[in-house]
Amino acid sequence: MWAELAVTAAKLLLIAVGLLTAIPVMVWVERRGAAFIQDRLGPNRVGPLGLVQPIVDAVKLFFKEDVTPAAVTKGLYFLAPMVAMFVALATFIVIPFGAGADVTVFGVPLKGLQVAPDLEIGVLYLLALGSLSVYGMVLAGWSSNNKYSLLGALRSSAQLISYELPMTVAVLGVLLAAGSLRLDVVVSQQGDRLWNVVPQFVGFIVFTVAAFAETNRLPFDLAEAETELVAGYHVEYSSMKFAAFFMSEYMNMVTVSALLVTLYLGGWTFPGHRALSGWPLLLLSVVAMLVKIALVLWTFVWVRWSLPRFRYDQLMRLGWKALLPLAALNLVWVSVGVAKGWL
Amino acid sequence: MTVPLTHYLALASVLFAVGAAGVLLRRNGISILLGVEIMLNAVNVALVAFARQHGNLDGQVLVFFVMAVAAAEVAVGLALLVAIFRRHQSIDVDRLNVMRW
Amino acid sequence: MEMIVFYAAAVLAVISAGVAVAHRNPVVNVLSLIVTFFCVAVTFALLGASFLAGAQILVYAGAILVLFLFVVMLLNAPTVEGDANERPVQRVGGVLLPLALLAGAAAVLLAVTLAPAAAPVEGTPHALGRLLVGPQLFAFELVSVLLLAALVGAMILVKRKS
Repeated sequence: MWAELAVTAAKLLLIAVGLLTAIPVMVWVERRGAAFIQDRLGPNRVGPLGLVQPIVDAVKLFFKEDVTPAAVTKGLYFLAPMVAMFVALATFIVIPFGAGADVTVFGVPLKGLQVAPDLEIGVLYLLALGSLSVYGMVLAGWSSNNKYSLLGALRSSAQLISYELPMTVAVLGVLLAAGSLRLDVVVSQQGDRLWNVVPQFVGFIVFTVAAFAETNRLPFDLAEAETELVAGYHVEYSSMKFAAFFMSEYMNMVTVSALLVTLYLGGWTFPGHRALSGWPLLLLSVVAMLVKIALVLWTFVWVRWSLPRFRYDQLMRLGWKALLPLAALNLVWVSVGVAKGWL
Repeated sequence: MTVPLTHYLALASVLFAVGAAGVLLRRNGISILLGVEIMLNAVNVALVAFARQHGNLDGQVLVFFVMAVAAAEVAVGLALLVAIFRRHQSIDVDRLNVMRW
Repeated sequence: MEMIVFYAAAVLAVISAGVAVAHRNPVVNVLSLIVTFFCVAVTFALLGASFLAGAQILVYAGAILVLFLFVVMLLNAPTVEGDANERPVQRVGGVLLPLALLAGAAAVLLAVTLAPAAAPVEGTPHALGRLLVGPQLFAFELVSVLLLAALVGAMILVKRKS
């Protein structure tokens, strides 16, 4: 029992450290990528190619003065960034980051590079925690005692709960084709057939758009852009609490990219993975997964600096009147396909 | 050493009593609805505990339906509260006495 | 181990339910109810109902309480002054009835001897799904009609007459 606990703790540490190091890398990619798309150079003074820039930014945020406005509700004001961070960190334990079903470490079977391999409810856990991310925003907006904060928080959370629906219905299509809620089953079924992006292309589009809306990224970031509503729900936060919101946004982006890769782009499978087994398969599958997640994250950055922002009513109309019917049609198509045996 | 069924039922009874006290003693409409939610959760705990006792899943299916009904009830109850607030500018349920004898 | 987790979750659930019904500030009430729902989800997981634990967080903590919080914030729900009831019958009854419930439950639970529990069945999504589209199909369809009725009703109730 202690060996199993040690193996789970090691997997947790590995994946958590990987997630936390992804944040400075993402900050660097965002700033250099934005610069190249806008035909300029980006940060290149601090360290080679500007690679030390995120570290310098973190140090700057750490040393900024931590201003707590006088009229805030103190308890909720301190609780909100903690809720945002908790939700962003706790969701990745059901995502399989690599193969390894037949690898044993010190006599304990690894059961795949997934922190919680035996959780029967898999995706439901992730969706349940994702729906809790609303609380971080709503509490931040309410406790700041500032009408722009409150408006930004209410708009942001309405956007989040509206786009949860098409996201969940698109995920339902994938689960129907795979026959299980567990993500390792979804990935291994994609290894045997085509990746889900091909038969469920409409669902893939719906999920991607909903993922952009769920993480408050452009073109759906009206509620928290710097030029709109005075940056929305985190305007009254400074120094480390603002850094907490900032980091939780990037962690959400990484988790949603990992989920997109797992559900539609084949997870850790790659052409020819059936010929390998054991440790080589584990290592190559982790590399494949990281490459795919990196490509999806680059797409997030690319879209951010290429498209204009949606107005709020256009955003809500898109979510309810366009994406939800498309997701429902995708579900009907998948049901017919599964019944006929095509999928 | 598993937890006996009576302890789960004791938890359900205590939660139900707390919820009932909330419904009966509060004047704020939202607090009354919160008390109703606590009572529904207490019933859910009792149902799942009995499902474990009998070894089949009928109790859990009933909990599924209770959750759906609770969601519907909260939506309509809060819509009613918002409509009442627009008319009376207050959610004090003791003010709603136009139809009393 | 299971006992420690259960007793911790049970005590925390009762305490936060008490705070949820007793505190004056509606936002504190809603937040402590979130804690209660988490503890109930832990209880479900201990009883082998893993799907219901996930659904509890998704539906209750993630949707119903968000709705409560929205209404509290949009109405700027004032704390109703002197929150004791004006009618003494209701005040007395409100204390006596829950106590009577507790006394009755205690009397039954202390006196009963239970048959040994049947073999536990895991509440996996597969098992629940088979029951829902099999024996309980009629109730399932009725619940979907009920949800549609609630949706339409809620929208009509808050529609402004323009």
